[in-house]
Amino acid sequence: MISLNVNEKIYNIDADPNMPLLWAIRDIIGLTGTKYGCGVAQCGACTVHLNGEAVRSCVTKVSRAEGQKVVTIEGLSQHNDHPAQVAWNEENVPQCGYCHSGQIMSAAVLLRENPNPSDDDIDSAMAGNICRCGTYLRIRKAIHLAADLQRKEGVSK
Amino acid sequence: MINSTISRRNFLRTTGVTGAALCLGFAFSSDGKAKVIVADDEGTSAIEMNAWIKIDKNGLVTLVDHRAEMGQGSYQSVAQIIAEELEVDLKDVNIIFAQGDPKKYGGQITGGSSTVRSAYKRLLKLSATAREVLIAAAAAKWKVAPADCYAQSGNVIHKASGKKYHYGELVADASKLDAPKNITLKKRADYKLIGKPLHRKDTPMKTNGEAIFGLDKKLPGMLYAVVERNPRFRGKVKSFDDTAAKKVPGVKQVFVVKMEVFNTIREGVAVVATSTWAAMQGRKALKVTWDDTGFEHVNIADIYSRQQQALKTEGISFKKQGAPDNLLSKSSKVLDVVYQTPYQAHSAMEPVNCIAHYQKDKVEIWGPIQAPDWVQGDISKKFNVPIDNVRVNMTFLGGGFGRKAFLDYPYEATAISKHIGGPVQVIWTREDDTTQGPYRAGISYRAQGALANGEITAVKFRMAGQNIDHWSNPKRGVANDSTTEGFLAPYFESIKNISFADVPFEMPIPNTWWRSVYASTNGFAYESFINELAHEAGKDPLDFRRGYLKDERCQKLIDKMEEVSGWKSRKKNEGYGVAITECFASTVGQICKVSKKAGGGITIDKVWAVMDCGWYVNPDIIKAQIEGSVVMALGAATIHEITFKDGLVEQRNFYDYKMPRITDIPPIEVHIIDNDADAGGVGEPGLPAFSPALTDAIFDLTGKRIRKLPFDMAKV
Repeated sequence: MISLNVNEKIYNIDADPNMPLLWAIRDIIGLTGTKYGCGVAQCGACTVHLNGEAVRSCVTKVSRAEGQKVVTIEGLSQHNDHPAQVAWNEENVPQCGYCHSGQIMSAAVLLRENPNPSDDDIDSAMAGNICRCGTYLRIRKAIHLAADLQRKEGVSK
Repeated sequence: MINSTISRRNFLRTTGVTGAALCLGFAFSSDGKAKVIVADDEGTSAIEMNAWIKIDKNGLVTLVDHRAEMGQGSYQSVAQIIAEELEVDLKDVNIIFAQGDPKKYGGQITGGSSTVRSAYKRLLKLSATAREVLIAAAAAKWKVAPADCYAQSGNVIHKASGKKYHYGELVADASKLDAPKNITLKKRADYKLIGKPLHRKDTPMKTNGEAIFGLDKKLPGMLYAVVERNPRFRGKVKSFDDTAAKKVPGVKQVFVVKMEVFNTIREGVAVVATSTWAAMQGRKALKVTWDDTGFEHVNIADIYSRQQQALKTEGISFKKQGAPDNLLSKSSKVLDVVYQTPYQAHSAMEPVNCIAHYQKDKVEIWGPIQAPDWVQGDISKKFNVPIDNVRVNMTFLGGGFGRKAFLDYPYEATAISKHIGGPVQVIWTREDDTTQGPYRAGISYRAQGALANGEITAVKFRMAGQNIDHWSNPKRGVANDSTTEGFLAPYFESIKNISFADVPFEMPIPNTWWRSVYASTNGFAYESFINELAHEAGKDPLDFRRGYLKDERCQKLIDKMEEVSGWKSRKKNEGYGVAITECFASTVGQICKVSKKAGGGITIDKVWAVMDCGWYVNPDIIKAQIEGSVVMALGAATIHEITFKDGLVEQRNFYDYKMPRITDIPPIEVHIIDNDADAGGVGEPGLPAFSPALTDAIFDLTGKRIRKLPFDMAKV
């Protein structure tokens, strides 16, 4: 049995320790907001937070996450109100929406580490996340807005 | 089209619904005409029966999206249209996807940018009818004339007294009325929702992980499967050894499965397991020997050299006016060039996947599916199950772009479910998605043109590339019916001698629609050639088009392009390029501005796009679709290409089939022309004009003409 702390809830799961965290989260725990896109850390659709850092869950063994704090898109905020989520809604960012769990999880770490990111900062932080619908301009705009919201709220989640 | 009504009694007799809810939908009669029907209903069954609108006695309004939502916005647009005439607030409505059923919804294939343009007139009428029925019911209760009442935000209000009923209080009475005839639709100026950049209703669930895509759907007792398919199209399985695969914990069954790809069969070995990961591990442990006989193993260089050869022949004439051959042979100033466009994978972020549950005489499908009605018909036919027992459910699609209108993956999932006797989710890995096709075909074009006194005297175009229709239609000897797709109709008024031909070209590579279909390749060739002729004639390419596209809408589009882009005031060291294409009833013009990058190569400074799509629903969705189309076109023009070696696809994943990333994207400014023309498409028409505008901008800056895609901007 492997004990996982996902979104502040403990799950004891029976899984191959080599199973990527992605499939443990999706198939065993049943949280499907984290997406499979490439399986080789190229697209970022599977991005989750491991002890606060953005990691690609498709190449992170579930054994590595044992006893660590995992946060998925479902646990980023209680009411879809993390500044990035609010900004994504305000700027109408998603089209098909499939990549945006990962986009938002990457953006959330950027916003925590750099409360006032420039375009270049955004580009380098988000270059690992592919969006086939091509919503990149809106992602950039939304991250700027999220930074504004974060400053106004005076909170950094 | 929809003035006549089926009487309520007649409707109830044929459907058997009773109870307290108001449902409105259409009945499609045998003559193909849609008739508005009103019915009462018990429970939720009426949704399945045919309604687009259901209002229950508590006032809950449910609207049906009969098309797939793959990013293009049908979920929002269909609801935004209905809510307008129904007079309900979008925040109060619930939206659900229809199941596949062409008898209820008409064609559901989400392609050809057709959701709004094919349905909006009847949806407006339907929702206005619903509103009028509710007003009539309220008026009868108050014993006043319907004209003394109006509807607003889900209520009917009596003007004089201010008394009101919410819709839920009226459904029992309303459902006993027949649909009124002679409905008056709102004027466009009075719209409160249509034409407004409203937030999409599906956005919140796409920012917190709630939206259910195909891969997210689970059925009780469901197993997971991956398939090691023959990596060569049409290949078979000779033998396999599953000893090691079966030792992987969680692996349940391993067996050969056939997948029908149009009229050909590809075989693979299915590994069924208790989790996706276990199935993938089992697959890795498999040893399969392939049978690769009986079909050609193609190489990419051969494809393009054969296309070049083919273009030396005349091909099958598609359209011809005047005597272009005669003028070309006599002219002293002739251009004769070849353009080449690449094979492309769709690479939707959600790889292909499907859930099937086959039971005796009954099949249930769940998945990211663009054509639920086609899947229903296909499964019914191939598995010999009565069509009404095949239920095809659309989830949200994590991108589609044409790939998910293909029928191979629901068929294969059903075959696997039948074999194991239970529900199964079949997952394509990214490598499967990239290597298995079908693809947009790479097409080569030959363009010949003659000029005299700075004007075009003759143009002759030929295309050589795979024809999608040839997979399902054995008919040969006719030209591709999309030979002129993308090319603006007004050119035919001004270019008196012009011909288009399709040179037949066959390859054993499965190919299908890819966003904007033939316009995505035709547009590059045809509009690049107009630019080449303009430069050869010594004319400004935007002014040159003004002279050839005399139609009023084109003139306005060109004026707008010039105005917003600063075309006339461009400076030295700035390259500007232009192209205008039309597809799926919308015209898009693009201007691209480039400059030299310090350290070599070219950078795109800006893209301006002007869209004329006539009547429209949501301008922000239109802008988003054009932004996305430009990004997709940028990738296909400058970054990725599918190639073949010995019958195998050479790209596997995003490390060698690279996608545009946030670092690659220029600013994109979109403008929408306002007019009252019929609605055109939105999801695709923004794509084709980009690559010819880009290459012409590069020519403007460097004098270098690019005729082959993709090309590397760092090496220009």
